[in-house]
Amino acid sequence: MSRDRTLPALAVACALLLAAAALAPQWLLFLLALALAKGLVVLGLVLLMRTGLVSFGQGLYFGLGAYAAALLSHRAGFADAALMIVAGTVCAAAVAAILGLLLARYREIFFAMLSLAFSMILYGALVKSAALGSTDGFNLHAKAFAGMALAAGLERRVFFAVSVVAMFCVAWLLHRYLASHWGRLSAAIRDNELRVEYLGASVYRVVYVNYVAAGALAGMGGAFAALAVGHVDPETAYWTTSGEFVFIAILGGTGNVLAPFLSAAVFEGLRTVANQYAPNVWQMSLGLAMLAIIMFLPGGLWTLLRRRSAA
Amino acid sequence: MNNLLAVVFDGVVYSSWLFLMAAGLTLIYGVMKILNIAHGSLYALGGYTAATIAGAWLAAGQAAIGSYAMLVLAALLVGVVMGPLLERGLLKWMYGKDEVVLLLVTYAAFLILEDAIKLIWGVESMLLPDPYSLPGNFHIGTLAYPVYNLLLIAMAILVGLALAWALYRTRQGKLLLAVIHDREMSATMGINVNRVYLATFTVGSMLAALGGALTAPMIAVSPGIGVEVIVLSFAVVVVGGLGSLGGAAIGALMVGIVRSAAVRYWPEAELFTIYFVMALVLIARPKGLFSAPEARKI
Amino acid sequence: MIRIGTVVFSFLVCALASTGALAQQPLKIGIVTFLSGPAAGPFGVPARNGFELVAEMLNAGTVPAPYATKGFGGRAIELVIIDEAGGPQKQVAELRNLAQRVDYVVGYISSGDCLAVAPVAEELKKLTVLFDCGTPRIFEDASYKYVFRTGPPGTMDNTSAALYALERHPNVKSIAGINQNYAWGQDSWTDFEAAMKALKPGIEVKTSQMTKLFAGQFGAEISTLLSSGAELIHSSFWGGDLEGLVLQGAPRGLFQKHIVVLSAGEPGINRLGTRIPDGTIIGARGPFGPFAPDTEFNRWFKTTFQDRYNLPPNYASYKATNALLGLKAAYEKAQKAGAANPSQEQIIAAFENLSFEGVGGTVKLSLGKGHQATMENAIGTAKTVGGELRIVDVKRYAPEQINPPEGLKSEAWIKSGFRK
Repeated sequence: MSRDRTLPALAVACALLLAAAALAPQWLLFLLALALAKGLVVLGLVLLMRTGLVSFGQGLYFGLGAYAAALLSHRAGFADAALMIVAGTVCAAAVAAILGLLLARYREIFFAMLSLAFSMILYGALVKSAALGSTDGFNLHAKAFAGMALAAGLERRVFFAVSVVAMFCVAWLLHRYLASHWGRLSAAIRDNELRVEYLGASVYRVVYVNYVAAGALAGMGGAFAALAVGHVDPETAYWTTSGEFVFIAILGGTGNVLAPFLSAAVFEGLRTVANQYAPNVWQMSLGLAMLAIIMFLPGGLWTLLRRRSAA
Repeated sequence: MNNLLAVVFDGVVYSSWLFLMAAGLTLIYGVMKILNIAHGSLYALGGYTAATIAGAWLAAGQAAIGSYAMLVLAALLVGVVMGPLLERGLLKWMYGKDEVVLLLVTYAAFLILEDAIKLIWGVESMLLPDPYSLPGNFHIGTLAYPVYNLLLIAMAILVGLALAWALYRTRQGKLLLAVIHDREMSATMGINVNRVYLATFTVGSMLAALGGALTAPMIAVSPGIGVEVIVLSFAVVVVGGLGSLGGAAIGALMVGIVRSAAVRYWPEAELFTIYFVMALVLIARPKGLFSAPEARKI
Repeated sequence: MIRIGTVVFSFLVCALASTGALAQQPLKIGIVTFLSGPAAGPFGVPARNGFELVAEMLNAGTVPAPYATKGFGGRAIELVIIDEAGGPQKQVAELRNLAQRVDYVVGYISSGDCLAVAPVAEELKKLTVLFDCGTPRIFEDASYKYVFRTGPPGTMDNTSAALYALERHPNVKSIAGINQNYAWGQDSWTDFEAAMKALKPGIEVKTSQMTKLFAGQFGAEISTLLSSGAELIHSSFWGGDLEGLVLQGAPRGLFQKHIVVLSAGEPGINRLGTRIPDGTIIGARGPFGPFAPDTEFNRWFKTTFQDRYNLPPNYASYKATNALLGLKAAYEKAQKAGAANPSQEQIIAAFENLSFEGVGGTVKLSLGKGHQATMENAIGTAKTVGGELRIVDVKRYAPEQINPPEGLKSEAWIKSGFRK
């Protein structure tokens, strides 16, 4: 049985990224910041997938997190990034706690469709709201973190560093969670729900907790994405955004907590390259890339790393 | 009273269009357990091909009545070419994979086809208004409606009846139903499941293309018409119950009429209506209205 | 001594040669426009065509005065074109990538993208010229140093449409609207409704249809409009939605029974031609296309474009051209002020409050602290004459009549009754 190398790998990744936070050029920083934010969302999705559920509505929480963070600065005048991140996470978790009561009863395609329906309802509400800028959205500015004012130009680096630390903590926590009793129950539910019930465990409770956790993670990711981009709009809640998350999840595979971040970075890179070098056929390039990965790397990119280390 | 009649008629017209899309989608899911996102591209392909063929027909000075036949021909052409191409060329290699992975495969196919359409036909929209305005109007009260709408409704009913007859009365249809019910058992019984898949996907593609072809005279056929259609058809299919033809019809009717009423009496809500209907139905009947009872493995 | 002299001399020669070499290196301009998706056909590609044509003509020196110098002040320009599709988040990422590869950025059709990229351009200190997006919020809600907009704001589309409609049909008592349910459509309707109410208090709004973007099919909406009893119908539809509205509405008598105002309908003229029924009021978001005054400059543009692309230019092509011409004018003005190779700061100083001759008319950067352009607007009525669609009865409106003054927000200004 191979030793669990996740913590050291996480620590190394964290150190490298923190170095990047200080040294990397702006465009690379932005790419990584967005990749990390999306990686957080996908991490929640991976947790759900390990429980046997695929959510096509994580955009709901992603959008909620982004808007909650943005509204704090836009309306309430709090330009503090720490507050925004907390607000985004808490807001998304609260809504997930309510919707999860209903959604935890559904499975398979119906879970996917119902989660999609809810995310589209948020989308519709955002589009209708002229006060929130409708489809144009609005910009946000964060000038401080946890009370410390930040020099202009440094903000992005600080937010990125914070997101790296968040990634480390969250990934490690989730890794422990998945290795724990609840994590193993989740895997059991994916295999055979009915037997788990017969064994006396509450399937509903496990699914509910996982759903709320995934929602909170997506909210956190949304807040970080909003900080990185500086702009929020209803597209964050649209079904194509949720679909993108699912694709990144499949791309990385559900093997390890680091996989979502890796595949999010690869996806962002792919999309940038496709748009720059083949602007007329970037959709086709993306589609072909997806097919190639699905055909030749069905377990996701993570299996590539696994195979190497095993060999 | 006239208003109510208009709402119902508008709803039924919209439902007919939805049904054509949903029927193919539900059939494909029922048999192959694939939620085909490329359905939207097939719709778009049907529209473009119809605009091209019927446009060329009319430009060559042929009888206008023939343009309707050209529309149907375009749909058949797209179905017969794209169905096997997608099924044999792509999906065959992916059977056995997770349902979600298959969905992503069809999503990738959709992305590829969108750009392919753009490369072949360009970004300018294509107009084919003659078949739409030719039959003239009829009136409900003071409101004028194109007779073409009646053609659309008639076509949808025809297709629905034809599919139902084919499924429940013919031998091939019964084999298909058997495969829907239990794939493994059917294979064990000697049914050529692969051929059934091919036939189903081809028919499903033809139906999507027919939806596009019949819509082409009403709209501007342009890039992106496939995208909106996908989510709408999904919603209808999920409401009606996956794999159920009758469910697709009822689901289409529900969504169409609710939407039409919303447009008339509460226009602000139009964006939500379909998702509300979908959420409500799923909450009340988690598997859709007419889903088949499934055996569960313990 | 001689050796030092030789060294100094060779150094000077090298320096001169390198500046000479620098002068040969073309200026790279990043162009962001829709190359895929539904906005590509009506706007993205016509804009790209405009950009490419003008860049080519400029480099060859065949643009008429006052733009006869080759390229920008003698230096060739090179376009780097990327696709605007994908939404604001993606565009922000693309801008960060693009900004490293080019000297200036010109582009953006979607208001959402404009709003998102403006602060980023400011942060990156990259001179960015927005050319098409309409939302007035860019310069009403914030001020920028590095961001300019050579396209007039969208407010004037609907204020001038309202003025024209009431001048031609002063007895209108009720209106209705059919607009796309996203920011552009919502803002257009809000502006038009407010303008009509300010100009004719007591006017009734029968229904406001907000259709899903790219819905394409409007059976139920048209039925509702037909039975609403409204005399005038406003629509800011574009692209496939506009074509669908005309194709589905005209046979049912929508245009015969009502006065229809298409505030941004000009690109539809090329596509729909005589299918647009007589009496339809059409705007072009500026003096473009059939509304361009018949000057030699405008004629040059129309014929050159038509010869190259076999299509007349629509407003997107005009606005694209104006963006490049404006940037050139600013660059050359900075050159005249003394700098042979003007820096960004010098160009910005020249660009602010600039007034230049664009295709369609004069472009004055008179709002947004000298960063936002205004132009006159022209509204006309469609009429089929001799088998061709013509725009007749054109009325022009001066920019001060239809745009809010500096410092006042569009919405507030309209509600106050267009007060100066």
